[in-house]
Amino acid sequence: MSEIFSSIILPAVIFMGGLGVLLGVVIGVFAKYFKVDSDPRVELVTELLPGANCGGCGKAGCSDFAKSVVDGENPPGKCPVSSPEQVSSIARALGIDAGESFARRAVVCCGGDVEQMVRTPNYNGVLDCASAVLVAGGPKGCSYGCIGMGSCARKCPFGAIEIINNLAVVHSELCVGCGTCVAVCPRGVIKLVPAEAEVHVYCNNPDKGPDKRKVCKVSCLGCRKCERYSAEKFGTSGFLASVKYDAAELPTAADVEAIGCPTGALLTAKRHLEIETNNPEFAPNEDK
Amino acid sequence: MKINNNAVLSFKGGIHPSGNGKDLTSAKAVQTAPLMERYFVLLGQNAGKAPEPVVNKGDVVKKYQLIAQASGFVSANLHAPTSGTVGGLVTVPGPMGVPAQAIEIVSDNLDEAVEPMESIDWRNSDSKTILDRIARCGLVGMGGASFPTHVKLSPPPDKVIDTLIFNGAECEPYLTADHRLMVEAPRKVLEGAAIVGKILGVENIFIGIEVNKADAITELQTIADGYGVKIVPLQVQYPQGSEKQLIDAITGREVRSGGLPMDAGCVVQNVGTAKAVYDAVVGGIPLIERVVTVTGEVVAEPGNWLLRIGTPVMKVIELAKGVTDDPGKLILGGPMMGFAQKSYDVPVSKNTSGILLLSKADAVNYGSGSCIRCGRCVSACPMHLVPCLLGCAIESERYDLAAQNHVMDCLECGACAYVCPAHRPLIQHLRRAKSEIRRRSQKK
Repeated sequence: MSEIFSSIILPAVIFMGGLGVLLGVVIGVFAKYFKVDSDPRVELVTELLPGANCGGCGKAGCSDFAKSVVDGENPPGKCPVSSPEQVSSIARALGIDAGESFARRAVVCCGGDVEQMVRTPNYNGVLDCASAVLVAGGPKGCSYGCIGMGSCARKCPFGAIEIINNLAVVHSELCVGCGTCVAVCPRGVIKLVPAEAEVHVYCNNPDKGPDKRKVCKVSCLGCRKCERYSAEKFGTSGFLASVKYDAAELPTAADVEAIGCPTGALLTAKRHLEIETNNPEFAPNEDK
Repeated sequence: MKINNNAVLSFKGGIHPSGNGKDLTSAKAVQTAPLMERYFVLLGQNAGKAPEPVVNKGDVVKKYQLIAQASGFVSANLHAPTSGTVGGLVTVPGPMGVPAQAIEIVSDNLDEAVEPMESIDWRNSDSKTILDRIARCGLVGMGGASFPTHVKLSPPPDKVIDTLIFNGAECEPYLTADHRLMVEAPRKVLEGAAIVGKILGVENIFIGIEVNKADAITELQTIADGYGVKIVPLQVQYPQGSEKQLIDAITGREVRSGGLPMDAGCVVQNVGTAKAVYDAVVGGIPLIERVVTVTGEVVAEPGNWLLRIGTPVMKVIELAKGVTDDPGKLILGGPMMGFAQKSYDVPVSKNTSGILLLSKADAVNYGSGSCIRCGRCVSACPMHLVPCLLGCAIESERYDLAAQNHVMDCLECGACAYVCPAHRPLIQHLRRAKSEIRRRSQKK
């Protein structure tokens, strides 16, 4: 018995124990001399961020952005997804200034759904916008508007885009303004606008009015009615009106009411959503 | 060189489209179209840079007069298709589905021409004189790519060109424009071919013709020797008329991935271009008209027409006595590689080889399924790609994987989609990947 103990068990215990001590020392040495300096603040900020990894800030995900915040490269407000409370909590935790809020929302600048826009029949290819534009310029009459095959909706990390009647519509309460859809759209019809803007021109076609009218009932005719109403709030480039988003004062629902856009291309986001989702009776004001 | 006996040559891969629709028009002589009221000459109809207009609204022009000047080397002149007034620069539906700029010419019904340029004695002229004439006459490749001919005939000095091939294969179903041209103007085609041979200093000149055009082969073979041109019968196989496949079939050489025919010592031109070269050099006439096949089961009187560049397609269909039934699809070019149109107002351009109206039954959508890994597309692909895997990679937006697997070598011939039993839209996927990869490389 004692023979087994001294010849087999004891050497094994000594060997394994010694090996354990040795490896422990090695690990200790490595931990001391080769340790990676990680800033606990980066982890803290990462936890406070939404964790959507959408890339809307221009960084490769939330922890990369957290690192840039801690390094002072970006203010916490650069995260388009975080609410003002989240941003200020990050700023408080780091004891820095929150910076200007960059909150943005995506807007699909097109109202040409299946009822409003001329459609070319017979497109029977891949249901993907980038593929569809390569076949005779897409299935709709307008070469600038939304194709409505939902490439943006499939890519949106927040499920904020819905395809209604072959038109992409942004639910602004879900949209965080990360800009993923802007990069996907082959027509460039999606724009990022300040989150507080409520009025938009739902048309992206720079052609002359009559040409647009041929293909779409709700196109902007370039009549400049809105620009005459307020040159501070609206501008026109070529034959397409636009809201001046960087102006001191943004247009409101009351302004839209007062202007009375002849085609209904100028709308509040709320009204646009209403029209597309649950008001099939809506008809644009016919030529006045 | 593969040609040493009378074997019928071909390449590896490809397909044999059944019921190729050529019977509709192959026996119909080319008719000259009457003058139209208006012509819309598209500005960006050549590969490369669009030419600059040199006429203004209200100007009076004569037939053959220059209306747009080439801007840069890879660009081609445009000439007035008839005499009349310039209606200005207008936007018309373009052949790619997006609106395009065109010069409108309102005909005065007189068809007065400017004095044609003098004929060049090409046998005793240097290449530069002839090339200048070709550039002045605005010649582009008339097979479909519309690459300016003078550029294609000016290979860099380090490339040795020893073979010149003319494509008379016309492998696209339905089209018979080149076929009729070879039957009706064989001497012009052959002399044009000889002129191009003189420019390049090449003695090996071939015209490859598919054997289903037996009358064209006999017609050309009897007189070809006098021009130093050899006629090569080719198997009826699609895409026999594609540059790289034609080089493979006739010379046995392979153009390496990403390379041009000149890397294999070859220059390939369409027979329509050869005829245009003859007209430009010997006749002194710029390129303002071409033979177009107007065809399809629903066309009342299918036929081959000599049309001025800029004729609206709607007018051409009227010439063919309209349609017998609602057409399912309008295609410019052949059914395999042609482009579907959404408007009948699109004008004929220098590369429009056919106006095809498919019937509703032919334009039906089968709906696509999943890839069943049968590999038919692999054996059909003339470029020896693996379309099934490329298609799957592109569906999941793995453009990097597609690029690694040489998606950029795809000809977009459509053979893979034609044979796919699951009706997968492979060509659409491949085209999307090509445009996406091109866009990304431009961005960098």
